[in-house]
Amino acid sequence: MQLSGADIVVKSLKEEGVEYVFGYPGGAALHIYDAFHRQDDVKHILVRHEQGATHAADGYARATGKPGLVMVTSGPGITNAITGLATAYMDSIPLIVLSGQVMKPLIGYDAFQEIDAVGISRPCVKHNFLIQNVEDIAETIKRAFHIATTGRPGPVLIDIPKDITAQVTEFIYPESVEMRAYPPVKLPPLSEIVSGVEAMLNAKKPIIYSGGGVVLANAQEELRTLVRSLGFPCTNTLMGLGGYPHDDPLFIGMLGMHGTYEANMAMHDADLIVALGARFDDRITGTLDGFAPNAKILHVDIDPSVIDKNIKADLPIIGDVKDVLNGFNAELKRRRKDINPELTTEWWGQINEWRSYDSLWYDESDTIIKPQYVVQKLHEVTGGQAYVTSDVGQHQMFAAQFYGFSDTHRWINSGGLGTMGFGLPAAMGVKFAHPDADVACVTGEGSIQMCIQELGTCKQYDLPVKVINLNNRYLGMVRQWQEFSYEKRYSNSYMDSLPDFVKLAESYGHVGMLIEKPGDVEGALREAFALKDRLVFMDFITDREENVYPMIEAGKGHHEMRLRPGSKAQ
Amino acid sequence: MRHIISVLLENESGALSRVSGLFSARGYNIESLTVAPTNDPTLSRMTIVTIGDDRKVDQIEKHLGKLVDVAALQDITVSDHLEREIVLVKVQVPDDQTVAFERVVGAFNATAMHVADDQYIVEMSGSSEKVDELINSFKITKVIEVVRSGVIGLASDARVLSVPSL
Repeated sequence: MQLSGADIVVKSLKEEGVEYVFGYPGGAALHIYDAFHRQDDVKHILVRHEQGATHAADGYARATGKPGLVMVTSGPGITNAITGLATAYMDSIPLIVLSGQVMKPLIGYDAFQEIDAVGISRPCVKHNFLIQNVEDIAETIKRAFHIATTGRPGPVLIDIPKDITAQVTEFIYPESVEMRAYPPVKLPPLSEIVSGVEAMLNAKKPIIYSGGGVVLANAQEELRTLVRSLGFPCTNTLMGLGGYPHDDPLFIGMLGMHGTYEANMAMHDADLIVALGARFDDRITGTLDGFAPNAKILHVDIDPSVIDKNIKADLPIIGDVKDVLNGFNAELKRRRKDINPELTTEWWGQINEWRSYDSLWYDESDTIIKPQYVVQKLHEVTGGQAYVTSDVGQHQMFAAQFYGFSDTHRWINSGGLGTMGFGLPAAMGVKFAHPDADVACVTGEGSIQMCIQELGTCKQYDLPVKVINLNNRYLGMVRQWQEFSYEKRYSNSYMDSLPDFVKLAESYGHVGMLIEKPGDVEGALREAFALKDRLVFMDFITDREENVYPMIEAGKGHHEMRLRPGSKAQ
Repeated sequence: MRHIISVLLENESGALSRVSGLFSARGYNIESLTVAPTNDPTLSRMTIVTIGDDRKVDQIEKHLGKLVDVAALQDITVSDHLEREIVLVKVQVPDDQTVAFERVVGAFNATAMHVADDQYIVEMSGSSEKVDELINSFKITKVIEVVRSGVIGLASDARVLSVPSL
């Protein structure tokens, strides 16, 4: 079949089973937009800003495990998408970003809306392509999907000059792809599995530390089997929340900068850390000097460069964490009688003592809304089953600490790059993926304003997201750091001249609610979630100077957490 | 420690910038970098000389290996290897020093080409140390320009850098 390059682009997306493409048109992309117009299989969602397109596709990908699709034009189209690419790259999220480019003969001549998209995106994509010939389009798209979704996933950019989208060629979509320089991930040798299990069977102070890799690999069931068969304490990273159920007695909470006392102390005192699809980043480890001084490190990751990057592994295993967990579980089944729960009895005694300090405790109030309380009520009202997106800051940490996730793909946040503005467009992507599910965007008055224009997109496509705005009139996390480390010099961390969010939401055609009293929180949430077909923007006026505890401050270790004044842990 | 890393990569536009971008983005040191197609025109061979401790070089190799265009790589400095660099030095040689000049050229097995009045281009290939020595030995003459190719090398044992078959 002879088709134009533009039609080949769209047909190739159909071949890949793409439902939605989030994008924004412009000159260099117009042939492709015309091709979108000629068909109904692949739906194009018009956002209000290209950053929103990337985050929406990202949210879709995180909520489904399928790659997210973005279409932007050249020049400012792709530069606006860069933040979203970097966000997805840092969290290993599969995205395919198609960008229009100026006509091939104009490349390099500073043409209107010309930018070197391949060059500018290189540090924040897994791979990228500049299409040179119309004959290469289908094969390149096939490769892009393969690269984005296999190994350690990540975003892939395809830059397509406009003239090539007008040229015509035979369309044949390749059935498979082989890349000699990008071989498939291998199964790890059995000897490594056996050694890993041996280490676990002999540990007296073990901890299982699982991250986003378990989510990406859909390995939550395998993780649960491992944890339960060993009876080991399990902690999740910010990216790994939902990997292990929040209310299971073996779960000791999130670890890291704002992790629980018990999770961080257990990391510090452990004799064996089993790291599963996690990368020991600086927000997890605190200072590397004196990190887990007595622990043997068993590190499982699909990406070899993660092994020994920050923390030297004693037992490295490179492979898909799901395969490795299956290997562990099979070997443990074989050695069932060697599992000795008594080995960890003393350890559990210690952990339970730490846990009894209730490090997430906060002082409830009858007069002023505590942000933690809103998140706890959100859990109750949604039965703990909502998809929760967040922006970046204190509200993100409160959501991570207090929502309580029981399954993966439900907690959707920018953990690596820390991108404010992520939450609302990500929630749109989630809502497209799961139209019948409750989708809440937990945000703050600072973050929400970074992509608030997407309220328009939500109206156009009837996306009944619930926006939970924890409004403390401060850039709360910045203010918290300034309180702790800069003697309360609150340099530029206030938010003056805030809009009336209720009216703002209403002006977009949504429902706005202002909630100022703790007694109104639950009722308002129930009312909002009962409005199944409406976006409700809930502006919660919260305690101005609430802080996130515990906190490992810069240069401190896991055992040196700053705890809430007045708490038992203190 | 100085390491010479040989890399086979897809001979595609942008592959070089992926490697150089990786080094600059992660703060890795590049002493020299050379690249040219191999006898298989779809593959380029790059030789990177870098300096770092074992941990850093381990990270460099892992990150290079992750690049989608990189098909194979090898640190040839881990055992016996042959390394060569070509140098061209343009020197000014006063008439009364031509004998001494020719003696140096001969001692290094280099060749000299007379290019203008009292100017010569000296060409030599050898290890980087030998190239350094050659340049330093021209103190009696005036060095006008120096160009070095950067290091290329091969394992001088049975090791072969090749693309693993799928």
